[in-house]
Amino acid sequence: MIDLLSYGAFFLSVALTYAVISLGLNVQWGQTGLFNVGIAGFVAVGAYVSALLTTPEAADHLGGFGLPIAAGWLGAALATGFVTLLVGALTIRLRSDYLAIATFGAAVAIHLCILNLQSVTGGPFGIGFIPRAFAGLADRPLAFSLANLALLAAVVLALYLALEHLARSPWGRVLRAIREDEPAALALGKSAVRFRLQAFALGGAIMGLAGAAQAHFIGYIAPDNYQPILTFQVWAMLIVGGSGNNRGAILGALVVWGIWALSASAVASLFPPEQQARAASLQIVMIGLALCAILLWRPRGILGEARILSRHVLRPTSPVAPSPSTTSET
Amino acid sequence: MTPQVLMDGLVAGAMIGLGAIGITLTYSILRFSNFSHGEFLSWGAYLVLAVASGLGYLAGGPAGPIGPFSFGWTLPVALVAGIALTAGLALVVDALLFGPLRHRGSAVIILVMASFGVALTLRSLLEFVFTSKPVYFTDALQIARPLGFGLRATPDQLLALGLAAVLVVAIHLLMTRTAIGRSMRAVSENRQLAGIAGIDVRMVIRTVWIFGAGLACVAGVMSGLLVQIRPQMGLDLLLPLFAAAILGGIGSVPGAMIAGLIVGLAEAMTVQLVGAEWRAAVAFVILVAILLLRPRGLFGRPE
Repeated sequence: MIDLLSYGAFFLSVALTYAVISLGLNVQWGQTGLFNVGIAGFVAVGAYVSALLTTPEAADHLGGFGLPIAAGWLGAALATGFVTLLVGALTIRLRSDYLAIATFGAAVAIHLCILNLQSVTGGPFGIGFIPRAFAGLADRPLAFSLANLALLAAVVLALYLALEHLARSPWGRVLRAIREDEPAALALGKSAVRFRLQAFALGGAIMGLAGAAQAHFIGYIAPDNYQPILTFQVWAMLIVGGSGNNRGAILGALVVWGIWALSASAVASLFPPEQQARAASLQIVMIGLALCAILLWRPRGILGEARILSRHVLRPTSPVAPSPSTTSET
Repeated sequence: MTPQVLMDGLVAGAMIGLGAIGITLTYSILRFSNFSHGEFLSWGAYLVLAVASGLGYLAGGPAGPIGPFSFGWTLPVALVAGIALTAGLALVVDALLFGPLRHRGSAVIILVMASFGVALTLRSLLEFVFTSKPVYFTDALQIARPLGFGLRATPDQLLALGLAAVLVVAIHLLMTRTAIGRSMRAVSENRQLAGIAGIDVRMVIRTVWIFGAGLACVAGVMSGLLVQIRPQMGLDLLLPLFAAAILGGIGSVPGAMIAGLIVGLAEAMTVQLVGAEWRAAVAFVILVAILLLRPRGLFGRPE
């Protein structure tokens, strides 16, 4: 019973860290229509920055500044926000899919840096002994995992409330206006470039925060955690839950992580040990097919986009507008 | 830095160029950046490998090498079949996914995302069927022969360079001198207007997939012949492919090949000067530079 409870808390905690990434992606994609294929890279920046700031001094790599965990989280969010701002500024004036290519390239470059800059990041061996929150409870596993779960749940809740507030604010309305009809928003004197960049950097900062939260929850990070598959999982989460909807982003993270964990244990029990690496690729095939199927048949996801216009305005619903449209088609 | 860098860079660049032509064609005519294009390279290589091994089995044992090359008659035959199969794969993906999304009038970025899903699905399928262990077309070792000026190359490398040159010239002539090429350029200018003018847009789209996937198959086989075949090879080449397509200017076939050679040379020089572990960053640096300095590329027209 206790074991089951511990496992449940662990599962939920991991799912909640994904929910944070998914919320960040929702700011970029769901509300602004910016396509980010480099999620894994930005999460990695957050994780490494926080790890370097908070670990005790180490001989084999730079840093270990021994700062408190909160400082690590803050630094992670700021640093990742800055990196996303740079990548965004590179392409934000160009066609929408240039951003996709640039973020993809950024993720490759970031992965290469954490792998090769051994004196800073520990290289392929990663960084261990990352301080974990509530370390004082470590001798009571259940209390420890429940406390961590509560912390992550509080983070997700706070982010959810803040983002909902932002989405309803004038700032959020401008973002959606730019996404739906850029010329109209420009005509009203809104700088599309500046608002897009702000949203992109904010989403990136949230992803960095998620990376830090994940690193401190697991206690160990290595370059292999930040492969393109992570980007893919988060996309599946947001699309399944319903892009443009913060509750959808959280629900999608729980559902997709649940499916992922279940299929992983199915693979583990159904295939002999020497075939497991092979069978694990079937998991990815399944999620890939599911993503394509959802794009084809239910592009709105489980919850669909939330209606968050002022209640005085009736929004015309169009049957073929399941997704944020970009105006750069012509 | 030895002159040999030039040869290594050109050979790698020719493969990148062939792949980038497919990217630039889908980008300019179907109007989205296709993240699954790299998988056509790896699928092409594996399909050709499968056909070649099948042929070798039927012929009772592996075929002896042709002349100075490292492979027997089965590989060229399998290459022709593999081009057809890879093109078929691209057409199937288009019929199942991209076509319906296009007819629904989905935003560009939905197509990009779908291509991302296709890429992971196709790559993982390869990993499932063939495992992630590298495989080779042939076990034969080739000795590089001196060409003068301190350059050395294996016969296979020279063949790859020659084949790439022939293919680029052929595609370029096809695009500029034939009716289908004119239709392709018309659709790239304006799909609706081209349709109204009586151009069979669906045929043009099919042609784009056949060309793109066919060239990707050739590039994948070259890469497999000169290096090795792995399920990840398409993913590793994807960023150089995009960098070359953008550097060359979207829609320009000769531009894609020239830019591919530039990317290949830059990678080879980086391996010499900085270290092999930074090779994968070269394409990103080129991409950033071109986006900052000249987003329309070397031979592209302003959007």
